[in-house]
Amino acid sequence: MSNIPLLKERESQIFRKGKEPFNMTCGKQSLAGSVSQRACVFCGSRVVLYPIADALHLIHGPIGCAAYTWDIRGALSSGPELHRMSFSTDLREKDVIFGGEKKLYHALIDLISQYAPKAAFVYSTCIVGIIGDDVGAVCKAVGEKTGIPVLPVHSEGFKGTKKDGYKAACNAMFSLIGKGDVSGISAKSINILGEFNIGGEAWMIKSYYQKMGIEVVSVMTGDGRVDDIRRSHGASLNVVQCSGSMTHLAEKMKEVFGIPYIRVSYFGLEDTSKALYDVAAYFADDPQIMESTKEIVRNEIQAVAAELQQIKKRVQGKRAAIYVGGAFKAFSLIKALRYLGIKVVLAGSQTGLQADYKILKEMCDEDTIILDDANSLELSKYVLEKKADLFIGGVKERPIAFKLGIGFCDHNHERKIPLAGYLGMLNFAREVYQTISSPVWQFTPKYLSSSRIGEGSMVVR
Amino acid sequence: MLLRHTTKEIMERSALTVNPAKTCQPVGAMYASLGIHGCLPHSHGSQGCYAYHRTALTRHYKEPVIAATSAFTEGASVFGGQANLLQAIDNIFAVYNPDVIAVHTTCLSETIGDDIPQIINKAKADGKIPDGKYVIHANTPSYVGSHITGFSNMTKAMVDYFSSQNGPKQKTINLIPGYVEPSDMSEIKRIAREMGISSLMFPDTSQVLNGPMTGHYQMFPAGGSKIKDLQSTGNSLGTIAMGRMASLAAARALDAKCKVPYEMIDLPIGLQATDIFVDSLRKMAGVNVPESLSIERGQLLDVITDMQQYFFGKRVALVGDPDQVLALTKFLVSIDMYPVYIVTGSAAGKKYQKALEEATKDIPHEVKIKVGGDMLLLHQWIKNLSVDLLIGNTYVKYIAKDEDIPFIRFGFPILDRIGHSYFPTVGYKGGLRLVEKILDAVLDRKDRDSTDINFELVL
Repeated sequence: MSNIPLLKERESQIFRKGKEPFNMTCGKQSLAGSVSQRACVFCGSRVVLYPIADALHLIHGPIGCAAYTWDIRGALSSGPELHRMSFSTDLREKDVIFGGEKKLYHALIDLISQYAPKAAFVYSTCIVGIIGDDVGAVCKAVGEKTGIPVLPVHSEGFKGTKKDGYKAACNAMFSLIGKGDVSGISAKSINILGEFNIGGEAWMIKSYYQKMGIEVVSVMTGDGRVDDIRRSHGASLNVVQCSGSMTHLAEKMKEVFGIPYIRVSYFGLEDTSKALYDVAAYFADDPQIMESTKEIVRNEIQAVAAELQQIKKRVQGKRAAIYVGGAFKAFSLIKALRYLGIKVVLAGSQTGLQADYKILKEMCDEDTIILDDANSLELSKYVLEKKADLFIGGVKERPIAFKLGIGFCDHNHERKIPLAGYLGMLNFAREVYQTISSPVWQFTPKYLSSSRIGEGSMVVR
Repeated sequence: MLLRHTTKEIMERSALTVNPAKTCQPVGAMYASLGIHGCLPHSHGSQGCYAYHRTALTRHYKEPVIAATSAFTEGASVFGGQANLLQAIDNIFAVYNPDVIAVHTTCLSETIGDDIPQIINKAKADGKIPDGKYVIHANTPSYVGSHITGFSNMTKAMVDYFSSQNGPKQKTINLIPGYVEPSDMSEIKRIAREMGISSLMFPDTSQVLNGPMTGHYQMFPAGGSKIKDLQSTGNSLGTIAMGRMASLAAARALDAKCKVPYEMIDLPIGLQATDIFVDSLRKMAGVNVPESLSIERGQLLDVITDMQQYFFGKRVALVGDPDQVLALTKFLVSIDMYPVYIVTGSAAGKKYQKALEEATKDIPHEVKIKVGGDMLLLHQWIKNLSVDLLIGNTYVKYIAKDEDIPFIRFGFPILDRIGHSYFPTVGYKGGLRLVEKILDAVLDRKDRDSTDINFELVL
């Protein structure tokens, strides 16, 4: 296992800090034949838009694309639950031959009359791009007939990477913005972008801002509402988390509506506090906001500090591997883990940019492995080599970590408790402690020498 | 009320599936491919497909699921995916070095019209396939059939590519288990072994997707049908194919190709279906049923006699894949329960519908059957007149919660419970597990709903 063969083309996507020159090749298509952990354009659009709970989300394509994304993420809603249902035109062979526009039209008319959504998003899948259905025209016709915004999402799977899907989602959302009434919106107001309310995180973050005296006009898209998005151009500032997915929208809003944006992260005490202070600093003309912010930060940290210290005593010195979607999350995780005294020995992302990897490299200790678009063999190789005790990743990485006999935290779609904000940091620390200290690890074989690996099986030959 | 938007009024739908009870072909093909030892499933399409399929299978089995992709780009979608697949074959053998690459297509590559056999031949001619290694394929357009069709097509591909009459007739019996859990596959093999029968199973995902924890990550786990066994299926005495929709195509192909006769039976779920399976084995192999199996059968029968008083007349709604649903319907009827609402996601044809009607004809209630339906319809039926028990995959939990109905998880996918890949529901042992689950669900509800006054210790 220690010397798995690497494709030549992959060599420039794997680095060991300290080995110069550092010039990560990233943002490129995965190689054909790779067992990458990445997804497609449609996936990107779907995860971004799906939390908008009072919109209809219709997937135009064969059944699979709808089946695999049915309530996939646990984005919570305080009201309507329409987003939790799965609607598909379920294209069949004859539709592929004769076109699916009619079917799409009737499906939309039926669904809109049945469910009375505030808007409809129509996702194009691979096949729609090939058979050439004019989804835009159908959406326009249905929009005129029903009087609600019907928005095509150009998310044909093969037309790029997941990031292009984020972009397509942003473009669809953008066509809603500017259509609502902005009267009554305070000058001290923001939109929260790139926060999807997994485990109720958006509610927590929103409450911080409200306590600071700041109006939250819309959250995009966690617990999202169409009407909020329509009037989001009335906000003074866009606060963008998960920069990979929403920066495009923030840029467009800046360009068209002149709304500036800042990038933040809500993972870890340090980053959460920085986020709140940065927003307070933007509204510096009202010193009361900064005062309230200081108090909130103080109180919130006080509330969690003691237990965090307890946990730190138990987990410090452990070693973690992190492999996440966007690199921005990796930055926060490294800081949060460092706060707990945990060393990051492997850091990777599916979709990081050149600049992200530079920052990542600066943040990491010597000899840390840094990976772009890794496959399962590479991940397991370096986890073993670096003797990690903990893996932080998504659904496909979990069983790999468990097979290697180390703890795992989901920091992606499958987290069920809020990991954002102050309470989120405490939840995260508890989860880290819980998984690292599980008594099961005393029974599991760990770090077998490479000679035993492969014995009687065909691991990697 | 998570499905609060669902109304009682059932509207006619022609262009729309809501809350599907099926998914697309490729995931079934990927699952079948994992049932070949040392096989890397390969998705010939864009990257999202295989990411979703791997995620779906990982969530269901809680095991690492490997597969590769042709990673289609816009260019490939215009000019065809031959270059991608050739490069993929090259890369896969260089890096992951599987024994077999099992290529399945997607809606994208099917519509573009890529000719997979031609590409495989080119790869062979170009020397991209090392000696002793194989590339096989199945066409699995997502807009035809369902995940069961994909499973069936890939299972048939194993016959098309590997089976041959390459030696004298063996006393071996081929077992095609259908789209069932790895635990079910082991149980089916165990029953054959118990009868002293040498069998070849394909596909066989036991020890692939329910393997042990070893402290290392094995890309190719110990289980799976071996190539040499797949090749010698053509020499077997006969084939027992379980579950018509998933297994008939492969059994027929093997008969046509190697003159191996087959017997087509229901999935061995429940007492009678297992009897039929055991009897088919007995006749085909010319053996007697051993005492050990008679004891297992007797135990299941004994437990059913103990439980029948609780089962009588309970209305059940059932949704799932056709082969499972048919066998389970028959089993429920045989233990005196009333499967009154039956939905399959996959369209399985008129004959299949007739078989369900025949199985439920004596139920003294109106029985609603929709072959090729969805969960919205099932929910609407329930809103009009409720049931005592729900059986289906994890997605049924929305209905169970909203309507407050006891619920048993059964089928694919199960995303929120663990155990299905370790404990079978086929065979006599599997029957025991099923009736235990049913009774638990029914009596837990009785206890919960009892008032303090009529709450009883002994039921």
